[in-house]
Amino acid sequence: MSGSHSSHGEASHGSVKSYVIGLILSIVLTIVAFGMVMTGAFSTLTTVIVIVAAAVLQLLVQLVMFLHMNTKADEGWNLMSFVFTVKILVLVIGGSLWIMHNLHMNMMLD
Amino acid sequence: MATDTIGNRIVEPSDHGRDQGHDMHAHEHDHHDAGGMKVFGFWVYLMSDLIIFGTLFATYAVLVGGTADGPTPGEIFDLPLIMAGTFFLLFSSFTYGMAVLAMNDNRVGQLKAWLWVTFLLGAGFIGLELYEFQHLIHEGYGPDRSAFLSAFFTLVGTHGLHVFFGMVWMLVMLVQLQTKGLNDMTRPRIMCLSLFWHFLDIVWICVFTFVYLMGAM
Repeated sequence: MSGSHSSHGEASHGSVKSYVIGLILSIVLTIVAFGMVMTGAFSTLTTVIVIVAAAVLQLLVQLVMFLHMNTKADEGWNLMSFVFTVKILVLVIGGSLWIMHNLHMNMMLD
Repeated sequence: MATDTIGNRIVEPSDHGRDQGHDMHAHEHDHHDAGGMKVFGFWVYLMSDLIIFGTLFATYAVLVGGTADGPTPGEIFDLPLIMAGTFFLLFSSFTYGMAVLAMNDNRVGQLKAWLWVTFLLGAGFIGLELYEFQHLIHEGYGPDRSAFLSAFFTLVGTHGLHVFFGMVWMLVMLVQLQTKGLNDMTRPRIMCLSLFWHFLDIVWICVFTFVYLMGAM
């Protein structure tokens, strides 16, 4: 019983290997993002694209390697509630920026 | 999950030998499920917390241009300092993972040691953040200077407060591990704190990318 319990724990809570892989990937992505901005060696557009891509990748790395988000845990409710929250975030952040930008243009504050 | 438990109870009541073994399993399953429900409930709380951060990010993005002739983001951000803080938080996320692995193997001594390491790394992060805030306020760039600085202090300060309360929670768990040991009550709490701590590192990725790096360009 205890044997099966610990193997279950390993499957749902990761292993040393998955944490080390997550850590190394996160370090690399962090150094790439800070390095691009601190050296200023690339054009603004290239830098923005690379640091946003690095951030999204690091988010995914940590969600999978550290938080162990997958489709199986809790019958997928973890993932489902997260996807729903991301949808709300897109509406809140995207909607705010959109409406405030429009307001700014129409007020002609500049 | 509730249906899962009910399903386990009504399966094959006729076979006595198997029934007994099954009951024991169902009992353990109940315990596991109760802990699992707590952790899932905490996950749902974290999702609502994520929306708080989302609104603060939206506010910051709207107000970042409102510098009121004060400093712009590029003039006040100290990237090497932020990078150091980022690594403190990243490594603390990793060491908390090690703490959870130690807990799964019932190595209480190692669990406590990793919790202490995580606590100290969190303290390093908070120390750097307080230094940054104190430095900015000393220069006259406090939250009252401009809309940009108000939004900046609110967003980064809210994250910092979360980290601070995570550290308080860690101390509470260290005390409870000392007095109550590792049991069905303390395990789910350590798992909830694990979600909380990893979640804070994930929010920080967005902070350093969209506030500090984008601002410094």
